Amino acid sequence: MRIRKNIAVSDEGFLFNPTTGDSFSTNGTGALILHLLKQDKSVAEITETLCENFDADRILVERDLEEFTSLLKEYSLLD
Amino acid sequence: MEKKRYERPTLRKMNTGLMNKFGTKTENQPVTHIESVSVKGLMQKFGSPLFVLSERQIRRNFRNANRIFTTRYPKVQFAWSYKTNYLDAVCRIYHQEGSWAEVVSGFEYEKALKNGVPGNQIIFNGPDKSDEQLLIAARNNSLIHIDHYDELYTLIRLSEEHQLKPQVAIRVNMDTGIYPKWDRFGFNFENGQAWNALTRILNSNHLELVGLHCHIGTFMLSPSAYATAARNLCELAWSIKERFGKMVNYIDLGGGFPSTNTLKGAYLPGTDTVPSLDQFADAITDVILGYGFRPDELPTLILESGRALVDDAGYLLGTVLATKRLSDGRRATVLDFGINSLFTSFWYDHKVSPAQEPGQQTEETVLYGPLCMNIDVVRESIVMPLLEKGNQVVVHQVGAYNMTQWMQFITLRPAIVMIDEKNTTHVIRQSETMEYIDSLENVPTHLT
Ligand SMILES: Cc1ncc(COP(=O)(O)O)c(C=O)c1O
Repeated sequence: MRIRKNIAVSDEGFLFNPTTGDSFSTNGTGALILHLLKQDKSVAEITETLCENFDADRILVERDLEEFTSLLKEYSLLD
Repeated sequence: MEKKRYERPTLRKMNTGLMNKFGTKTENQPVTHIESVSVKGLMQKFGSPLFVLSERQIRRNFRNANRIFTTRYPKVQFAWSYKTNYLDAVCRIYHQEGSWAEVVSGFEYEKALKNGVPGNQIIFNGPDKSDEQLLIAARNNSLIHIDHYDELYTLIRLSEEHQLKPQVAIRVNMDTGIYPKWDRFGFNFENGQAWNALTRILNSNHLELVGLHCHIGTFMLSPSAYATAARNLCELAWSIKERFGKMVNYIDLGGGFPSTNTLKGAYLPGTDTVPSLDQFADAITDVILGYGFRPDELPTLILESGRALVDDAGYLLGTVLATKRLSDGRRATVLDFGINSLFTSFWYDHKVSPAQEPGQQTEETVLYGPLCMNIDVVRESIVMPLLEKGNQVVVHQVGAYNMTQWMQFITLRPAIVMIDEKNTTHVIRQSETMEYIDSLENVPTHLT
């Protein structure tokens, strides 16, 4: 799973898809996930990182991550 | 290293969809306390969901309304609309403050008596009064507001048979420029039906005409409609005075003043659009005072306000059961209460606040109830902080009609607590139990 190359992600969590002209906003958690996806991290690795950094239940993180990535897919932000 | 607080990742498309119509600031202020009692503590102690009423707010509302009318008109009498909220504790507060009772059924009538309201301070409205109830009301000297000809003739017959002379008024319906017209109750003003009914009463030795009543609708947004209503009733009173040499004791304009809830489909929140009680009071009292009655014959102005006096004294507390994403990408939040408890979500876009300090981020979500029914929607769309299972919410302005129109459907009805003026909490209605439900059922022996 990879974020499309031409998609810009700012540090503040703004995304811009030049192909469609759509822009998006995400929160801190979302920005971190996008950052990790850009680095080609796997879902398992991202889950690990999130659990290390945040006070969160692993199952919850896994569920949220799945939802988040399916949203990315839906918005055509993934390769 | 201490771990950071986790917030679910969000992704929001920026350039599509409607802009959120209302600012979200106020909606997203957490409400952690009601009258300085902790919301969390309330649910811990009494369960979730939970209705909460503020005695202080009820009294404040009553005193405010009473002040607004009594500073404009010399004779004002409020009558508490039982159907709006007939919990005994609530009714008794209004009665303590000086309200009479306005009831629309034998059941409500009995409740008013049990709450210690003297018979002659009970207004008996509505199309459904049995012979037996009419007799009781007549003997108690209650104010019987006749709704239709069948009732009028029944009452004349009963009064003759039992040698009674009940105090009566008629309910009048009319065109006040409001749509829909509530013409199914009472006698019509424009086509002369009301006048005919009055003539019939005034020619009877067995009925004592004491007043004129109307209730032009509910959640009325137009003070001028009340001016029309007041003018029409004054016209009837004047005609009665001219033709029969008798002045009615009172003019009862019913209820209908809005609360500051936001009606579904309204573009702006109720707090911005609803006329103030002062505007309604001006419209009504200007007409009556200016009509030409002598000061000593001015009729008492009776008001049967319901929702305007109680809506904002009630809260519904609840808990998030789950969050999910719908197939079209929208966020959905499932709460532990739905339309079964919050009947007024059919009418209103209720304000819902988080009960805990929210994160920075907000998102648009649907708020669903827990019922396995498609219609169980509390809010079709609301911008809330990110909610998680176990988070708590506070619904505002639920004091009117919910605690009477709620349904025992799929789940049991929740408890209702009241916070008194010293911030002590009282359970004024327990949550329903299986035993309570069972006590009404019978299983035929062949099924046991
Ligand atoms: C006869 C009568 N009086 C008073 C009321 C109270 O109305 P509201 O809550 O709109 O003030 C109603 C409600 O429908 C009513 O039917």
